[in-house]
Amino acid sequence: MSHGSGVYDFRHLKNTTRSQSVPFPPPTAMTEPVLEVKGVSKSFGPTRALHHVGLSVRPGQVLALIGENGAGKSTLLKILSGAHRADSGSMKIEGKPFRPKGPHDTRQSGVAMIYQELNLAPELSVEDNVLLGQPGTGWGLLNRRLQRPRVLEALKTVGLDELNPKAMVGDQSVATQQMIEIARALAGEARIILFDEPTSSLPQKDVARLFEIINQLKSRGIGMVYISHFLEEVREIADRYSVLRDGENVGEGEISDVSDQEVVALMVGRDVSNLFPTTDHKPGKPWVVVDRIKGTPYPQNVSFQLRRGEVFGIAGLVGAGRTELLRSIFGLDHVVGGTVSIDSRRIRQSVRARMNSGFGFLSEDRKNEGLAQDLSLIDNITISKLDDYTNCGFLRLRKRDRAAERLMKQVRVKAHSGWQAVSELSGGNQQKVAIARILHQQSDILLMDEPTKGIDVGTKAEIYQMLGQLAAKGKTVVFVSSYLPELLAVCDRVGVMARGELREVRNACDWTEEEVMEAAIV
Amino acid sequence: MNTGRAIKKIFLSQLGPIFALVFILGLFAIADNEWSSGNYLSARNFRVMMNSAALIAVPALGMTIIIIAAGIDLSAGTALTLCGTVLATQLKYAAVASGEPGFTWVVLQALGLTILTGCLCGFVNGSLISATKVVPFIVTLGTMTIFLGIGQIISRESTVYADDKNIPGWLGDFCYTGSNADRYLNFGFLPDVPNSVILTVILALGVALLLRYTVFGRNAFAIGSSESTARLCGVNVPLTIISVYTLAGFFVAIGGLLYYANVKNGNPSDGMGKELEIIAAVVLGGGSLSGGRGSILGTMVGALIITAIRSGCAQLSIPNTYTHIIIGGIIIIAVIVDQLRHGSPEWFFRMLPAKSDE
Repeated sequence: MSHGSGVYDFRHLKNTTRSQSVPFPPPTAMTEPVLEVKGVSKSFGPTRALHHVGLSVRPGQVLALIGENGAGKSTLLKILSGAHRADSGSMKIEGKPFRPKGPHDTRQSGVAMIYQELNLAPELSVEDNVLLGQPGTGWGLLNRRLQRPRVLEALKTVGLDELNPKAMVGDQSVATQQMIEIARALAGEARIILFDEPTSSLPQKDVARLFEIINQLKSRGIGMVYISHFLEEVREIADRYSVLRDGENVGEGEISDVSDQEVVALMVGRDVSNLFPTTDHKPGKPWVVVDRIKGTPYPQNVSFQLRRGEVFGIAGLVGAGRTELLRSIFGLDHVVGGTVSIDSRRIRQSVRARMNSGFGFLSEDRKNEGLAQDLSLIDNITISKLDDYTNCGFLRLRKRDRAAERLMKQVRVKAHSGWQAVSELSGGNQQKVAIARILHQQSDILLMDEPTKGIDVGTKAEIYQMLGQLAAKGKTVVFVSSYLPELLAVCDRVGVMARGELREVRNACDWTEEEVMEAAIV
Repeated sequence: MNTGRAIKKIFLSQLGPIFALVFILGLFAIADNEWSSGNYLSARNFRVMMNSAALIAVPALGMTIIIIAAGIDLSAGTALTLCGTVLATQLKYAAVASGEPGFTWVVLQALGLTILTGCLCGFVNGSLISATKVVPFIVTLGTMTIFLGIGQIISRESTVYADDKNIPGWLGDFCYTGSNADRYLNFGFLPDVPNSVILTVILALGVALLLRYTVFGRNAFAIGSSESTARLCGVNVPLTIISVYTLAGFFVAIGGLLYYANVKNGNPSDGMGKELEIIAAVVLGGGSLSGGRGSILGTMVGALIITAIRSGCAQLSIPNTYTHIIIGGIIIIAVIVDQLRHGSPEWFFRMLPAKSDE
């Protein structure tokens, strides 16, 4: 309560802001903000998540909210959506005080959220999803025919004119589902839409489509807040930016006035001269041979060799079969043909056998598969290899805990104890725990599926460095990513996948981003 | 962490259920003193309560492991009476009577068959669940009536009574709660507690160690917390699930043995509804039906809570009908309180007046 003056004080911003523009343009220049947040603070027990945060969005404007994991973006979103309540501060929508008690209130006030994970009912039809949460036509009845024009109009705005409103949502692609969510926001007459990393699960061509629609929404005067880790994206779509660090505003302004380096420096609080640090390593002799491995439906007869001390990148669109390839190599997915061998010794197709012969796998789905969220860090790190601590069938917990804590230090996890549940950590720290597990297994061949997905720039740099160090120790890393700059910067060789096939492998320095994209979409 | 601190930590984590138990005991003790005979806290009533608690607690040990692994076993009740019926039938048709030569062999056979029945029931559940991937709720809902039917075939649709001379003395003494000190196995230093309680404590210690200090225990928690994570970590998920249910079946069999020792007959349809009591004990003790959470000490306390309420209501001559309502209410309240302690009780804080500057 101590800092809840209610009057927005941005003097403390002026010291840190890099923008040359005035933090708030004079009110005469533009219309009233559609969303205005002033001096919002929120603490969870002793942890201060937000401290005096403010932002404002005008109609037809896209504000990019930028910050590392744990900077407070999600907390701010949760407060806007009514899932949490601010300890102090105020929020206004079109000048009217806004104090949501829950998702229903939020929608009533014209605020819609598009989350990273889609919130649709897959078993319902498109139109029922669009109308979900809307009041019926009276007496609690649902008159679909009466509502149809509204649904069709909303679908048309998002470019889904062709879609049958009776089709099942679960049958649509991820990109289409996301458009349906936006259509739902429009049908609910949203005047402000908050996007939380909307592109993290979209293939490239659908990202372009999403941006087209965002531009259309701009012209309709809808205000938007856009959260993303991809600075290129932000640059393409946003008008203004606002950077959060440790729960405070550290800078804002017109996006055209700053360089990427400056934004990154604001995010991490220090200058980051090299976004892709690696460690020198020299690939050795080939030792792992994947021969015509074939699954249903993907991968399609994929063959390649891996060398010791190498970082091998796999590029491709989402859905090209990259994940399936890694899962088949690790023995998680059923295969109908093909072999995997190490030093010309064939390894049986089972997770246990593959793990014992040195394979380690990092899942792209950290939340559901990669980690057991309710279990502690120590449990998560050690669960896949407990034999070192077993004595006549009984576990020697103290020995195990010490080993896990050593690894936590090695990968620099920020946590107050190894006994904490993994779910309490930020995304980047969770990823470090997942990496600690494959280090604990002492894997020689690390299959990493999108290890940098949804984590902040600082942690990404740490991970690149770690990959290089592993390769320098003679281990082999297979690195799947949708983010081309990192693949080309960090890997020794890069292969491109499309339709389940491994199309072309070249040394990383022989690829350009355009060539990779070309290979990926043919 | 040293052992003393570990024990203290475990105890503290179960403070909620323990506090609830003490509260309930106190409440009934006062009410009993005020309006009834004042026998609630007598040694004899304590023995009765602990014995009934043991009858729930033993099968609840297995249920705790199942619930930790994100499963459920609705067939535990009928499987338990099926085991009791098998034991009763074996003793009834025994060729030799107690004391005669060869009797030990007969009893051993009967016990072996009982335990085999329980384990087989669990094995069937576990195999069906991991082979068909049908949710445990449905699988065990089906096997619940299957086990009931099998029990009725064995018992020829009636209650099975064995001759007193065919029941070994130690089995008869298992659930004895009377005042004859000779019938207690107190090893010369224990107070007079029913033998069933001693057995329960030993089994509980075994399971607690199993869950905490073995790879199997870790794997059960991992599967309950996230099955796909466990698979990715190389855990043999189907085998672990089958082992979990088979082990639970073992405890159901011991539960059936205690049930038989308590009522001295075998009636398959007695088991209907018992599974809910067993599940309630686990949930009262902090087990989460979505898996990954549960503790043996909690389950023991949960079983005691149920019997403390039941016994208290009986002492106060509260009709059975109301007892059901009270127990049901307490289960729901306990789970709400537990949610408040663990999860994020946003809905609770939302009821408080908002703090805002405007």
